[in-house]
Amino acid sequence: MPVAVTSILTSMVTSSTVHTEALRRAPVTGTALQARKKRPFLLDLYSTSVGKKYAMAISGIAMMGFVLFHMIGNLKMYMGATALDHYAEFLRELLYPIVPKGVMLWILRGGLISMLFLHLHAAWSLTKLNRHARPVKYQGARDYQVAKFASRTMRWTGIIVLAYLVWHILDLTLGVVNATGTNGEFVTGEVYNNVVRSLDRPVVAAFYVVANILLGIHLFHGAWSIFQSLGWNNPRFNNWRRGFATAFATIIVVGNVSFPIAVIAGIVK
Amino acid sequence: MTYTFDAKIPAGPLTEKWDNYKQNAKLVNPNNKRKFKIIVVGTGLAGASAAATLAELGYQVDAFTFHDSPRRAHSIAAQGGINAAKNYQGDGDSINRLFTDTIKGGDFRSREANVHRLAQVSVDIIDQMVAQGVPFAREYGGLLDNRSFGGAQVSRTFYARGQTGQQLLIGAYQQMARQVGLGGVRLFNRTELIDTVVVDGRCAGIVVRDLLTGEIQSHAAHAVVLATGGYGNVFFLSTNAMNCNVTAAWRAHRRGAMFANPCYTQIHPTCIPQADETQSKLTLMSESLRNDGRVWVPKSPTDNRPADQIPEAERDYYLERLYPSYGNLAPRDISSRAAKRLVDKGQGIGPLKNGVNLDFAAAIERLGLDVVKERYGNLFEMYERIAGEDPYKTPMRIYPATHYTMGGLWVDYELMTNIPGLYAAGEANFSDHGANRLGASALMQGLADGYFVLPSTISSGLAPLLGKSMPGIDHPAFKEAEKQAKDRFAGYLNTKGKRSPDWFHRELGKIIWDKCGMERTKEGLQEALTDLPALYNEFQTDLRVTGTGETTNQTLEKAGRVDDFFQLGMAMCQDALSREESCGAHFRSEYQTPEGEAQRDDEKFCHVAAFEWTGDPMNPKRNVEELVFENAHLATRSYK
Amino acid sequence: MSHLKNLTLKVWRQSGPKDAGRFETHEVAEISDEASFLELLDVLNEQLISENKEAVVFDHDCREGICGTCSLMINGVAHGPQRATTTCQLHMRSFKSNDTIVVEPWRSAAFPIIKDLMVDRSPLDRIIEAGGYITAVTGGAPDGNLIAVPKPVADAAMDSAQCIGCGACVAACPNGAASLFTGAKIAHLNRLPQGQPERYKRAEAMVETMDEHFGSCTNHGECSAACPKEISIDVIALMNKDYRASKFKSRKEISRG
Repeated sequence: MPVAVTSILTSMVTSSTVHTEALRRAPVTGTALQARKKRPFLLDLYSTSVGKKYAMAISGIAMMGFVLFHMIGNLKMYMGATALDHYAEFLRELLYPIVPKGVMLWILRGGLISMLFLHLHAAWSLTKLNRHARPVKYQGARDYQVAKFASRTMRWTGIIVLAYLVWHILDLTLGVVNATGTNGEFVTGEVYNNVVRSLDRPVVAAFYVVANILLGIHLFHGAWSIFQSLGWNNPRFNNWRRGFATAFATIIVVGNVSFPIAVIAGIVK
Repeated sequence: MTYTFDAKIPAGPLTEKWDNYKQNAKLVNPNNKRKFKIIVVGTGLAGASAAATLAELGYQVDAFTFHDSPRRAHSIAAQGGINAAKNYQGDGDSINRLFTDTIKGGDFRSREANVHRLAQVSVDIIDQMVAQGVPFAREYGGLLDNRSFGGAQVSRTFYARGQTGQQLLIGAYQQMARQVGLGGVRLFNRTELIDTVVVDGRCAGIVVRDLLTGEIQSHAAHAVVLATGGYGNVFFLSTNAMNCNVTAAWRAHRRGAMFANPCYTQIHPTCIPQADETQSKLTLMSESLRNDGRVWVPKSPTDNRPADQIPEAERDYYLERLYPSYGNLAPRDISSRAAKRLVDKGQGIGPLKNGVNLDFAAAIERLGLDVVKERYGNLFEMYERIAGEDPYKTPMRIYPATHYTMGGLWVDYELMTNIPGLYAAGEANFSDHGANRLGASALMQGLADGYFVLPSTISSGLAPLLGKSMPGIDHPAFKEAEKQAKDRFAGYLNTKGKRSPDWFHRELGKIIWDKCGMERTKEGLQEALTDLPALYNEFQTDLRVTGTGETTNQTLEKAGRVDDFFQLGMAMCQDALSREESCGAHFRSEYQTPEGEAQRDDEKFCHVAAFEWTGDPMNPKRNVEELVFENAHLATRSYK
Repeated sequence: MSHLKNLTLKVWRQSGPKDAGRFETHEVAEISDEASFLELLDVLNEQLISENKEAVVFDHDCREGICGTCSLMINGVAHGPQRATTTCQLHMRSFKSNDTIVVEPWRSAAFPIIKDLMVDRSPLDRIIEAGGYITAVTGGAPDGNLIAVPKPVADAAMDSAQCIGCGACVAACPNGAASLFTGAKIAHLNRLPQGQPERYKRAEAMVETMDEHFGSCTNHGECSAACPKEISIDVIALMNKDYRASKFKSRKEISRG
């Protein structure tokens, strides 16, 4: 069997350095002979960029489901304090009495946290890969033809939405950054009051509005991308993919942005 | 003393020759194949398919291309299709009919046995390419579609949109890539052949130049296959790619390989004419356009009105006038020459008055815009991109251009040159098309040579070498060739004159096009043979190559290629001058019928003229291989 | 009639892979509308040679838009401003007189610069070598009409088989991904009946080789916009699907579709 010799120019690429000692090359042969290291099932899939995109899409779908139901659930805010607080209680009582109270909620939370972690890990490693793929940028200005603002800012909208998520949990789940003072203290379970107390602060309300618009932009590209990454491509429904993503992002943004506005406008108080 | 050619035509009736050959050929045991190294130079249709198949058989194959990737070869630009005697349309096609058409199309200047084998093998090519995943055009029922092409009365041309060459080349490239991946082929890209080495009368290997480092290296092998394409770029403006060159074939020629029929160069009638002085190449528009376009020029040479303002009565639809039965579909050479005569008379159109109109107004009126768009939409777009005019509104401007060369290295039935161990395949050899090639036959020949002929014939030359030691690259002949090559390239750099290689190439091209192009005369050729040495002398003293020889230097690469084109150009003119007849694409004005058709002289010129290098490009030795026609009937070609 | 234009070219010059490189500014006067972009560079090179300077190195060959040898980032767009057009088919009509045109090589870790505007695109060949073929040893092929291929399937395969391998997709992709190139070949072969036996092995091998050299797809669509053959990003979806299937399907039952 001939010894596999890859061109120096090529092997240089894997070490991701642009500079090479010389342009002297060996002939190219046996390039398909090196056996790739096989990892266990699923990890093997995840080890490649396409697999990571697959993980991005699956975790994205899970989180889209959460975002949608979270928004719909919050609409109960417009039905008054009792409805919203009952809804929160209901979530804690999911599958009760088969499992103890709160367990199912924690299972769901656990699922979401692992999905989030998967999404973040995949995003982080793909970003790293992509940075390495073009270590020297174009020296002249790029003129993008079709890449949208949404697709080019996924990294940034994602990071800001993540920061918002952390703050949001600290605010309305743990109550750490919830408002204190004249309006009383944060009380777990009194969701309605907690929300109103927090969003009454104009700066916080503005932050919620901005963050949700960024979430919408993230979803606008993400919800469309899912179809590509999962290979759900069929001329019969391809035209609907963009429509779906636009509609989904719009619904989430309109729903979520309405809450701080409603609070500031005094509709919800 | 005349050289005696042994074409090694197998015995037996024509239809059985190839089978007889294969049955009696010497074979190499599978275990022994890996002991043989074969060098394949060029990775177009012929080269890539040969490299892939030889590697599949188990030989060690080293493939060389000057491109960055084997997929760039100019086979990729063929548009029309590939012929095969499949008779899928049930329209009376057969191997014998394809054989006859090809012999007749070549104006009885090709070897019967080779052409018949080509027709036989054509059938296997289609099967092979389909199995490899070439997406040929299909009928709604899922079976392969065919179209008809010039010079045939049957539909036997397989095609993949207007990109058949691309699809076939990529098919062959993929087979070769598979072998590169599996270790069967060692690929040397961006490496150009600059000499062949002959030791004791046998080809021992090649000398190459690494185009990235300028390094000159030798490679020894048991056999060398040159699949390096044609030399149409000698005209400077041609439809060939910029890097197509004759160097590999010419350097082999200088080492003793005979160069056959250099004057057989084919002109394609429908190309976009030159637009300005800086133009670097011409683009071919598919000949299928002539099915619906009408060719005309204004009757008056001083008529400078836009086409749509010239009334019918003041237009000369000259093809319809001169060749009423074939009209706008008159064969390539005939319609090319008609266009040239009118342009020479000053009746040409366009800013440089160097084209003729190909008008679709009548077709649009008759068929409707949609039908025309469906048939030719992509070609019209391509035209608009290049010429900047909308052919739906103004007629296309077209003019003939060189696009294929039938001549090439002389080879025998085994595709071996007169140097044992040195083979030539595809457009680089001279074997199958005679004096004129039919449309859709170039792809057929390249793949036939690479996939089916060479792999069957090469073992005969290798079998006797088993166990014998071969000269290695430390042999003095290699060292000498390396030194000569180094000196040659250093010479280009050190001339330090004033003119760039491109300038010389352009001037060379003008001489060849004017004097040895579509129509040749004794006086013109004699003039060319005075002008060429003068210009060549200037080239040797006034060349300027900037940069160095140690890194990529395209100016230096070009200088080497132009040098060889000069020498080839002289041989072309010698050949055209000595062939005192008109046949196929070689048209001597002195030898024509009263109707202006080519007039062959079968008494004196029913032969292959193979030139032998003597050291002086102006004085090559002309050798002759007589052609014998036992099956095809020698007849005058008529398309009236 | 053609117009003559005066143009300023900012051309990237780099003596070798190790060199830092820089833009060099040159004026080209009275270039005709009919000239292609590469002919503009030819004129510039003639000018440089007459000034005893080294010519600009750039890859080019067929100059009719099919070989895929030419490249160039022109004013920040791969193959220049005209859609579905290679650099060699881009003409001076697309520019205005006194324009400044910035010309840069493709930039990607996988495409190291050899010199000036010439880059090494051989990793694309490595992807094909890994699986971009149908194993069909010469001589054993059945009759071409044995397997009927529905016309829409043959047409779709042809759509993606048109790829010229120029690398514009990689150059244009903000991530330097080669998904369009790889996807096009996978779509070409995996759509055809002849490609089925090796379908998943092919997708697996090609994607994994692609990963060794290139970035990942984030669905911008820049590749398709830069593609001279306008190959749709649908092929990337197909690649993703077949790659995923390659990890889940039992290869022993693939014939069941």
